[in-house]
Amino acid sequence: MIAEAGLAALWLAAALSLLQLVAGGLAVRGVDVASLVRPVAVAQGALAAFAFAALMLVFARTDLSVALVAANSHVDKPMVYKLAGTWGNHEGSMLLWIAVLAVSGAAVAAWERRLPERTMIATLAGQAAIALGFYAFLLIASNPFARLSPAAAEGRGLNPVLQDPGLAFHPPTLYIGYVGLSVAFSFAIGALVTREVGPAFARAMRPWVLGAWVFLTLGITAGSYWAYYELGWGGWWFWDPVENASLMPWLAATALLHSVSVLATRGALSAWTVMLSVVAFSMSMVGTFLVRSGILTSVHSFAVDPTRGAFILLLLSIYVGGALALFALRIGTVREGTLFQPISREGALVANNLLLSAILGIVLVGTLYPLGVEAIAGEKLSVGPPYFNAATGPLALLLVVIMAAGPLLRWRRDRIVALARKVALPAILLAGGLAATLLLAPGLRILPLLGLSIAFGVGVASLAPLWGRSLRRTPLFTWGMVVSHLGIAVALGGMASESAFSRETLVSAAVGETAEVGPYRIRFEGVTPASGRNWTAVEARLTAERGDDVLVLTPQARIFAAPPTETSEAAIATVLDGQLYTVLGKPGADGHWQLRLWWKPFVTLIWLGGGLIALGGLMSLIGRVRRERRPAIWAAFA
Amino acid sequence: MRVKGQGLLLWAPLLAFVAFFALVAAGLFKPADTAVRSKLIGKALPALTLPPIVPGHPGLTGEERGPRLVNIFASWCVPCAAEVEELARLRARGVVIDGIAVRDTPAELSAFLARHGNPYRAIGSDAESRSMLALGSSGVPETFVVDAAGVIRYQHIGAIGPQDFEAILRAVEDARTI
Repeated sequence: MIAEAGLAALWLAAALSLLQLVAGGLAVRGVDVASLVRPVAVAQGALAAFAFAALMLVFARTDLSVALVAANSHVDKPMVYKLAGTWGNHEGSMLLWIAVLAVSGAAVAAWERRLPERTMIATLAGQAAIALGFYAFLLIASNPFARLSPAAAEGRGLNPVLQDPGLAFHPPTLYIGYVGLSVAFSFAIGALVTREVGPAFARAMRPWVLGAWVFLTLGITAGSYWAYYELGWGGWWFWDPVENASLMPWLAATALLHSVSVLATRGALSAWTVMLSVVAFSMSMVGTFLVRSGILTSVHSFAVDPTRGAFILLLLSIYVGGALALFALRIGTVREGTLFQPISREGALVANNLLLSAILGIVLVGTLYPLGVEAIAGEKLSVGPPYFNAATGPLALLLVVIMAAGPLLRWRRDRIVALARKVALPAILLAGGLAATLLLAPGLRILPLLGLSIAFGVGVASLAPLWGRSLRRTPLFTWGMVVSHLGIAVALGGMASESAFSRETLVSAAVGETAEVGPYRIRFEGVTPASGRNWTAVEARLTAERGDDVLVLTPQARIFAAPPTETSEAAIATVLDGQLYTVLGKPGADGHWQLRLWWKPFVTLIWLGGGLIALGGLMSLIGRVRRERRPAIWAAFA
Repeated sequence: MRVKGQGLLLWAPLLAFVAFFALVAAGLFKPADTAVRSKLIGKALPALTLPPIVPGHPGLTGEERGPRLVNIFASWCVPCAAEVEELARLRARGVVIDGIAVRDTPAELSAFLARHGNPYRAIGSDAESRSMLALGSSGVPETFVVDAAGVIRYQHIGAIGPQDFEAILRAVEDARTI
C-alpha cells in the first residue's frame, strides 16, 4: 500500500508540474492564470516529498515485495543503513534528486516575492519544465516503487562500502546543493524570458545560490572525508570522475556567488551572471549524467546503467541546449551596467571569476578527455592526479592570493598604493612563511612549498577586512566572507602539509614486530577475529608510541555476508598535529601480515577548512536575509 | 557599444555544449568494454627464466613452445586455491598450463599442490616478483593465454571462476590457430 501511495503521489506531482509549466507559460503571454502557478508549485513540492518519505518508509520496514528494497537492502541490516539504502541506489537517489528539485521550487513559490510577478511566474515555469523531464525519467525508466513477485526472502544487501555513517549524510547534502542550483538556473530563464536582468534579480537570487553552495561545500567536504577513511587508500581527493562531478558545480557556483555580488552592488556583469547561473546547474546535470550513466569508469560508481544514461543525456540536451540558445537570443537585449577600473573590487572579482572558470574548464576537459581519446583513437586511459594537480594547482594558488586582496579593495576604483599598504603585513608574513619553510624543510616540491606559505599569509590577510572596524557592528555577511576565506586558507594549509610531510610505510610484519612511521613507533600486537551484525572480520591490534603517548589502533579486514564482499576498515587516530592512518592488508607467507601505515601532519585542517567555508556561507546567508528584511526565507533552510 | 562578431560569440557556449553532447552520445552508444587491456596483448611473451621449485616439475627456461596458459599464483594466495579446480578442468580438456609461483617456498608450495591439486606442467619460482613486472601483471592470481608463436592473446585478471571457464577455453582454442 505504501509503495502504491508513493507511486500515485509521484504521478500526481508529474501532472502538477505539467500544469505549472502550461499555466506559467500562458501567464507570461498574458492569459489570466498567474494565480494558479504558486499554489501548484507548492502542492507539487509536497507530493514529491511525500513520495520520497514513502520510499524511506518502505526501506525502513524492509518491504521485500518492492524490487528496489529486495535488490538493495537486507533484513539484517542496521536501521540507519536501511534508511541510507533509500538513496544508495539509482532509483532512490533520482527520487531524492527530484524531491529536492520540487521542494526548492515550492520554497521559491512560497517565499520569493521581490521580483516582478511576471518574472517569478516565468521562473516557476522553468522549474516545472526541469521537474517534468525528471518525473518522466523516474516513471518511465526507473520506477522506484516497482513490485517484485514473488517477494524476496531476505534481500541482496547494500554495497558494504556504503554501509557507513558518513553515507547517511553525504549524498543528501550533496544533492540539496546540486539541485538547489536549479533555482538559479530557473531564475536565469525567468529573467531572460522577461528581460529583467538587473541588481534586483541578483539580490533575489543570492540567498538561493548561497544556500545551495553551503550544502554543496558540506557535501564535498563530507564526501572527501568519507573516501579518505572508508576506501582505505590514505588519499583525500582522487580526481575521480564522480568527485569531479561534484567539484565542477561547486566551482561554477563559487564564481556565481561572486559575480552575483557585483551585479547586486554595482549593476555590472549581468550577461556573465546569467551565463554562470545556467552553467552551474548544467554542471549539476552533467555530473548526475556522468555518475548515473557509467560512461566514465570510476572508483565509486555504485549505480550505473547506459540506457538510463541515454535518457538523462536527452533531458540534459533539452535543458542545457535550450537555456544556452535562449541566452544567445536574448542576452544581446539586456542592458550592461556601469563600467569599472581594473584595480577595484569588481576587477578582483572578475579575476576570481576568470580563474574559477579556467579551473572548471581544466577539470571538465580532464574528466572528459578519456572519452574523447577513446572515441578518436580507441584507447582506454585515465587522466590522473598528475594532470589535475599540475594544471589546477598554480591557478588555484593565484586565485587564493587574489581572494586575499579582493576584499581590501574599494568598489569602482582604488589605488595600488592603498592596497599595498593594507596587504603589507600579510605579504611580509607570506615571505616569512616561505623563508621558514625553506629553512626548516628543505627539498620540498614547489606546489606544497608555495601552498604552505600562501596559506599562512592568506590566513592572516583574510582577517584584514575586520581590522579597524567595530567587530560588533560589522555586518554578519562580512563576517561570513571573512570566515569562508579563512576556511580556504586553512584547507589549503592542510592540503599542502599533507602533500609535503606525509610519511608512508608498507611492512610485512609478524606478531611482535615493530615499524616506524613519522614520529610513531608501531608494534604489531596480533590479530583477533571480530564480528558485527552482518559482517565478520580479522582485526589487528597495533600500539603506537610517541614519547609517553601510546595509542591503540585496530584496523580490520571485514567480510560482509550479503552481498559477499571484503572491505578494509582503516583505523585512524587523530592527534593535535595530524592523523595516524593504519590499514590491515593481506596475510602473507609464514604468519606475516601486510600493514600500511601513514603519518599525515595537519591533514584534518582540510576538512576543518571545508567546514569553515560552509559556516561562512551560512553566516552570509543569514546576514543577507536579515539585512534585506525577509526573515521567512531562511526558515526554508532550517 | 557592440563589437562586430559579438552576436556570434554568444552562440559559443551552445556550440561547446553540442560538442560535449556529440562526444558523450558517441561514448554512450558504443558497446561497453570496461576491461582495461594489458599493453602486452598482441605482443610476444617476455622470455622468462625461472628455476624449478618443487620436485617433478621443471622450471621455466624461456624455451617453452606451443599454445598454453601462463598462470601466476602462490601458495599464500587464497583465490589461487579456489581457481585450481577450474585449471584442472582446463587441463582435462588438453590445455597446457605453466605456473609462476610468486614469493613461495618449496615446502609451502608442495603442501598447496598436494592439498588443492596440481594442474601444472612446469612451475618456475619467482622469488622477487620479477616476472610480474615483466608481464605488467597487477596481482596474483593472473592468467595469460599464449599462442604457438609465443604471442600473448588474452589476459585474465583475478581468479578463474566457473563463469570464466568457457572464455578461457575459447581463447586457448583460438591460440592454436595462428
